[in-house]
Amino acid sequence: MSDTYDLVVVGGGPGGYVAAIRASQLGLKVACVEREHLGGICLNWGCIPTKALLRTAEVYHLMKHAKDFGLKADGIGFDIEAIVKRSRGIANQLSSGIKHLFKKNKVAHIEGEAAIAGKGSLSVKGKDGKTTTVSAKNIMIATGARARELPHLKADGELVWTYKHAMTPKTMPKSLLVIGSGAIGIEFASFYREMGAEVTVVEMMDRVLPVEDHEVSAFAAQSFKKQGMKLMTSASVTELKKGKDSVTCVVDEKGKKTEITVDRVILAIGIAGNTEGIGLEKVGIKTDRGHIVTDEWGFTGVEGFWAIGDVTGAPWLAHKASHEGVIAVEKIAGVKGLHPMDKSNIPGCTYCRPQVASVGLTEEKAKAAGYELKIGKFPFIGNGKAIALGEADGFIKTIFDAKTGELLGAHMVGAEVTELIQGYVVARTLETTEAELMHTVFPHPTLSEMMHESVLDAYGRALHF
Amino acid sequence: MAIEIFMPALSPTMEKGTLAKWLVKEGDTVSSGDVIAEIETDKATMEVESIDDGVVAKILVAEGAEDVPVGQIIAVLAEEGEDVSAATAGAGAAAPKAPEAPKAEAPKAESAPTPAAAPTPAATPVKHDGDRVFASPLARRIASQAGVDIGAIAGSGPKGRVVKADVEAAMAGGTAAKAAAPAPAVAPAAGAPAVGSAPVYGPHDGIPYHEEKLSGMRKTIARRLTESKQHVPHFYLTIDCELDKLLKLRGELNKKLDGTGTKLSVNDFIIRASALALKKVPAANVQFAGDKMYWYERADISVAVAIEGGLVTPVVRGADGKGLADISNEVKELAGKAKDGKLMPEDYAGGTFSISNLGMYGIKEFGAVVNPPQGAILAVGAGEQRPVVKDGALAVATVMSVTLSCDHRAIDGAVGAEFLAAFKVLIEDPVTMLL
Repeated sequence: MSDTYDLVVVGGGPGGYVAAIRASQLGLKVACVEREHLGGICLNWGCIPTKALLRTAEVYHLMKHAKDFGLKADGIGFDIEAIVKRSRGIANQLSSGIKHLFKKNKVAHIEGEAAIAGKGSLSVKGKDGKTTTVSAKNIMIATGARARELPHLKADGELVWTYKHAMTPKTMPKSLLVIGSGAIGIEFASFYREMGAEVTVVEMMDRVLPVEDHEVSAFAAQSFKKQGMKLMTSASVTELKKGKDSVTCVVDEKGKKTEITVDRVILAIGIAGNTEGIGLEKVGIKTDRGHIVTDEWGFTGVEGFWAIGDVTGAPWLAHKASHEGVIAVEKIAGVKGLHPMDKSNIPGCTYCRPQVASVGLTEEKAKAAGYELKIGKFPFIGNGKAIALGEADGFIKTIFDAKTGELLGAHMVGAEVTELIQGYVVARTLETTEAELMHTVFPHPTLSEMMHESVLDAYGRALHF
Repeated sequence: MAIEIFMPALSPTMEKGTLAKWLVKEGDTVSSGDVIAEIETDKATMEVESIDDGVVAKILVAEGAEDVPVGQIIAVLAEEGEDVSAATAGAGAAAPKAPEAPKAEAPKAESAPTPAAAPTPAATPVKHDGDRVFASPLARRIASQAGVDIGAIAGSGPKGRVVKADVEAAMAGGTAAKAAAPAPAVAPAAGAPAVGSAPVYGPHDGIPYHEEKLSGMRKTIARRLTESKQHVPHFYLTIDCELDKLLKLRGELNKKLDGTGTKLSVNDFIIRASALALKKVPAANVQFAGDKMYWYERADISVAVAIEGGLVTPVVRGADGKGLADISNEVKELAGKAKDGKLMPEDYAGGTFSISNLGMYGIKEFGAVVNPPQGAILAVGAGEQRPVVKDGALAVATVMSVTLSCDHRAIDGAVGAEFLAAFKVLIEDPVTMLL
């Protein structure tokens, strides 16, 4: 079988499948090769199934606090198998949804593992072991990334887990050590702590959630500690000594070594691009520290080859991959008036408790960039809806350029902030100033009112605090 | 094929104009020669005629839109039988055509270099359709803080929206480098105030005031005279001329002209005397042009006429070859047109020498600003009775002081003085003017 496509996308994750659908919309003959599940990590082993788990944790948390709401909930408990089953069910439901989207959009779905055979040519090894050649005018590498491992920190799936193992536990560990406090690490830490495990988080940087604004980071750390989480910062795990059903971790905290014995360890020390075994070297596609090098349109510099998403580097976010995929496809199709993605407008969301969401510059980075700042902050305790929800912890911080009124960054911590951040992302994309935000009517009673108040506060005009 | 109607260059120096009035609306049928719009230029209100037959498919620049650059598409005509919507569709995406550079502009540009790169017609961007400029709030604020006209910046955002990066590029003067995007018209060069984009002045606190937008004419006056004072090295020569003989001759001639409708003014004599003096001293009828000089062999006299909101300078062409009556009638007609805002480009373009007369206000003498690219301007004061010394005795004479402002790059002191001496002889012995 030999077909010539306008575009073949290698990888059916949120970058690849979205790119394929967009290509079809633009009239390209397109196929998508996926070796495992459509939807990639995000849908099968990342964003979505973890949200299912965290929802369980949230409901469980509310049940434990039923009394606060005037409810009685006695003898509450959980069934770990059922929790995991629900999470997997949601992933499967969505994955088959993509199959349907492909059919609807006439995207050819090729199951198998693709490798570059040469310019304009891929060899695909199917599940039956047969190899076929697929020809394409354009090939887009969207193979994603996987959990990073280090020589002394390797997962075995039993005692030492990656995210994949961590979301399908057979039993609930009594104690857990999470290495890395980025979004992935802290979400698992949050889930397991909520479900009752003793959780220790080891972070190499001097604070947890190190990419977030300092104040948000500090507030979150305080909440985690209050929940009983143990946080070790400026620390690293130097050795894992595996026992029969436990692991003893040697933690170096500012030069002081301690041994901590836990049931399980979760590795969340970053992401490595899936650049191996694709045959990149065959056509001369360049990589840099495990990621494919591209220009702002996803072009690799080698005619007919494009790359998008996690395999091209940070930020490793599904929405970044999808957007890159769309831009690259539009570039291929010759759509006019294209703009590269403004990476400073990519929001980040972490679904721990309390939730964290942000877009743009942190206060520290804005200062370093030489801006004179106007900073607004509004606490959840000043918001009626937050109090009614029983979620009075958190705040919304906004950072403006004092000179122009540009919203440089917004940082939130507290209930549902991951659903709120988009308001500020739209504001930034449209280049609003404080004036438009002040003139915007925010509905009452909602958490979003805090977004208004935070802006007002930056200009000394907050009404409710 | 849709016919695109461009903002016409109604004068050689015109860079942009205000679309004062549409005389047609979408759907109207027009024939070649029909007046379709009125454009307020830097000098006057002009009529725009259709150059083709057709139906007005789309008006792209709204009535009242200011600073519409020359060459911008202002409307689209559908040819007879053509689908109007098709014509519009075709034109919607059309980029502004670069107008041909007006030929007469070359010497002018050289003689009056502008501090910021003068916008060449080819780089003139679209003033966005109608008077609404699509721009992000942040772009607007940054532009207004920097005193940059956002309407002159080409937008790179969705549907041509001007975004922060565009304004920053315009401020840095870098947008021109962008391949497809038209360059900004207003790109203040570092350190030099940009012509046309005045610094932002705020009103004084507490003093009642109202605000008026600058008219095209006011902007042109501001720009050209700033150019003149910044780049033309001025010097001034003043001389007194006795007018008694001239007044007497004028009386006699006007008696003879009684009933013809022609009445000579002192100014008519001054125009003729200036023209004849320029013929006698051709070195004063010159223009500086960078690496060369233009020596004009005819005296075209620009006469400053004050009108509501400013002044214009219609030209009496070949005044050295015209009699007083002709000059008088011509000036009367031009001044009338000027006051009605009806001057045509050929009425005011060019001119080799200017006269500004404030005598009627009782001004004794003043120094005028050279009107580039011309080399000199004569400022005329009031004719008044003054004590003079004649043959060692005090006497009374009607005396008028005139001051010649010269561009020293083109005219030296001695040349200016020679001109004034010749002028004085003509004024004081006006019969020679009739020769």
